[in-house]
Amino acid sequence: MSISRRDVLIGGAGLAAGATMPVPSIAQTANIEKGATLRVLRPTKFVDPDQTIFNENTEAFTKATGVQVRVDYASWEDLRPQTAVTANTGAGPDIVVGWADDPHIFADKLVDLTQVAEDLGKKYGGWYPVAEKYGKKDKTNTWISIPMGGSGGPAVYRESWVKEAGFDKFPTDHAGFLDLARKLKANGHPAGFALGNAVGDGNSFCNWLVWSHGGYMVDENNKVAINSKETIEALKYAKALYETFIPGTLSWLDISNNKALSAGEIGLTQNGVSLYFSIKNAKDEKTAAIGKDLNHAPMPIGAGVGRPTETALVINAMVFKHTKFPNAAKEYLRFMMENDQYDKWLTGCFGYWTQPLKGYAKSKVWESDPKILVYRDTWERALWSGYKGAITEAAGTVNAEYVMVQMVASVCAGQATPEEAAAEAERRAKRYYRT
Amino acid sequence: MTIAAEARTAHHLPQNWLVRLLDNKSFLIFLCLLPAAALLLIFLTYPLGLGIWLAFTDTKIGRSGHFIGFENFTSLMQDRVFITSVWNTLLYTGVATVAKFALGLWLALLLNNHLPFKSLLRALILVPWIVPTVLSAIAFWWIYDPQFSIISYVLVDVLGWRTSYIDFLGEPWAARWSLIAANTWRGIPFVAISLLAGLQTISPALYEAAMLDGANAWQRFRHVTFPMLMPILAVVLTFSVLFTFTDFQLVYAITRGGPINSTHLMATLAFQRGIPGGQLGEGAAIAVAMIPFLVLATLFSYYALARRKWQQGEEND
Repeated sequence: MSISRRDVLIGGAGLAAGATMPVPSIAQTANIEKGATLRVLRPTKFVDPDQTIFNENTEAFTKATGVQVRVDYASWEDLRPQTAVTANTGAGPDIVVGWADDPHIFADKLVDLTQVAEDLGKKYGGWYPVAEKYGKKDKTNTWISIPMGGSGGPAVYRESWVKEAGFDKFPTDHAGFLDLARKLKANGHPAGFALGNAVGDGNSFCNWLVWSHGGYMVDENNKVAINSKETIEALKYAKALYETFIPGTLSWLDISNNKALSAGEIGLTQNGVSLYFSIKNAKDEKTAAIGKDLNHAPMPIGAGVGRPTETALVINAMVFKHTKFPNAAKEYLRFMMENDQYDKWLTGCFGYWTQPLKGYAKSKVWESDPKILVYRDTWERALWSGYKGAITEAAGTVNAEYVMVQMVASVCAGQATPEEAAAEAERRAKRYYRT
Repeated sequence: MTIAAEARTAHHLPQNWLVRLLDNKSFLIFLCLLPAAALLLIFLTYPLGLGIWLAFTDTKIGRSGHFIGFENFTSLMQDRVFITSVWNTLLYTGVATVAKFALGLWLALLLNNHLPFKSLLRALILVPWIVPTVLSAIAFWWIYDPQFSIISYVLVDVLGWRTSYIDFLGEPWAARWSLIAANTWRGIPFVAISLLAGLQTISPALYEAAMLDGANAWQRFRHVTFPMLMPILAVVLTFSVLFTFTDFQLVYAITRGGPINSTHLMATLAFQRGIPGGQLGEGAAIAVAMIPFLVLATLFSYYALARRKWQQGEEND
């Protein structure tokens, strides 16, 4: 078991009160409440080390402060309802590491974390702008949550097949990307992007498609703006791109592209780093060989934002006002984001939960394998559900209702023209943005 | 003390008053029903009542709502996804129920004969019913996979009957039929075993009499088996309709309502809107909209069962 710098400095909870070291403990300096205990709720692991290291870091906090912490893990789909029940009843976990939008839905029930966030920002190179968007209450400088990590979604492709298609570098524009997709298909290695009701991958692909063409669901004033010429251009492009896909993508759920890529059925998709690591570390030699040929790149930049864009699956920690131990809760989050703990977690998860603090871009995990370097900049590229508007309940609902995905899918399937699909998406989104 | 005096004293004892009360048949029935009624009230009436109340509010997950009257319902009437889900639910229930009954009855008739390994066969028939629904759903998800479907593999790679894999779940109609097939597979055991139980209650003497009268196999089925099976058919049909109409797991696990909302049932849409979508009021309104259909199915069962001629012959209405 490793002993962190902080463990050495403060001696941990095991030190007797009469210890001779003059250094004050975290509990003293942070004014942690006597006899404090904490309950934490967070999403269950997706990559194995996530849970192991998170628990180890939690134990280190207990050792350093004497605060007993119980961590509960909820399945991804259960996390939001459980967060809502906690918020509604004013009981349950003190801290919830919830999904991106959740703190904004329950903002008035949360402890102000501004001090913790500002301290961490100063110490670790500042927060990425999108992390600030996720952490701060809309149009204020008050932090209501601490964004802990975000899983990115760049392009994942077979390097040799892209070269075989005549591309030395992964294309960075729409025209080049479509050309690549066509050539991949002609060579028998088509692309495949989820167009079914896939929570992560479906939304990720369709958000990129619309954002990179300059479209967006709502404007800065939260007015629904999806029915625009930019969106229609995006949908026309989607139709052309879809013709290059492997058949079946209209029904793809989140695991489908993983299966197809792992089996060598497709040459290009979009995913988190977990796909690469699962293939690379596969026991089956044939699958592991695919790992050597895989690479990643940001999805192409269009005329829309002027830089690469993508959706990141963000986990956002919040402390509820019903906690009896707000100081302990704040210190727990601070502790988990400190270098000794955070870097261990970031590295152990192979960069799956990428960093919201710029300082961690220097983590050794990003040097461990050049093929994952693109994930380092996830927070540089990330935008949020309901871009360009605020992070709201409505934005979360529109995302959960697959309004963007179904708009794209209906055009690809030939069920609607781009104009009809954009109008229908507008109608559906307005229903949720009406209040 | 005389006997009469003793009787008078005893008459005034409170336990006698209680004994008399407990001797009252109506009171006793009320008392015995009270725990069951309380349980129904707490676990059935309250959630149902709350669901109906929520349907008339704009409640969201984590936020209490306000009464908005019929707004959720009027909005749903203009919602193409909801209308599609109603149509899908009716189609799914209708076709799957007919298929389950046709195949289930056929299976029950086969199993009612003297077959070798009859007990083992009857046990095997139950497998689809025993397997947890989500496991069946995952199995079907693989069977219908656009790239890895075993059906496509056999048709294309083994038999060479097709040149391309079948996109079972990627096209609206194909996805609907695929889900109906999965539901039928899962529901057959319930129908078959229930009807088999019914078949075994029919006295062989009736068949012997029919044979003596010269009835052929179809006539024996038409005039003996079918009428005798009718009471249990009505019950099983009602339950099957209710189970199919409210199906959720199979569809949600295989398609999540896709592609492009073409396989959403009312139950899956209610969950989608209410929980992941956070619109509890709207989700509840969709669930409440299922009630009239379910009441109709229950009424059918009630009146069908009340018709004594089904149980005792055509003349005994």
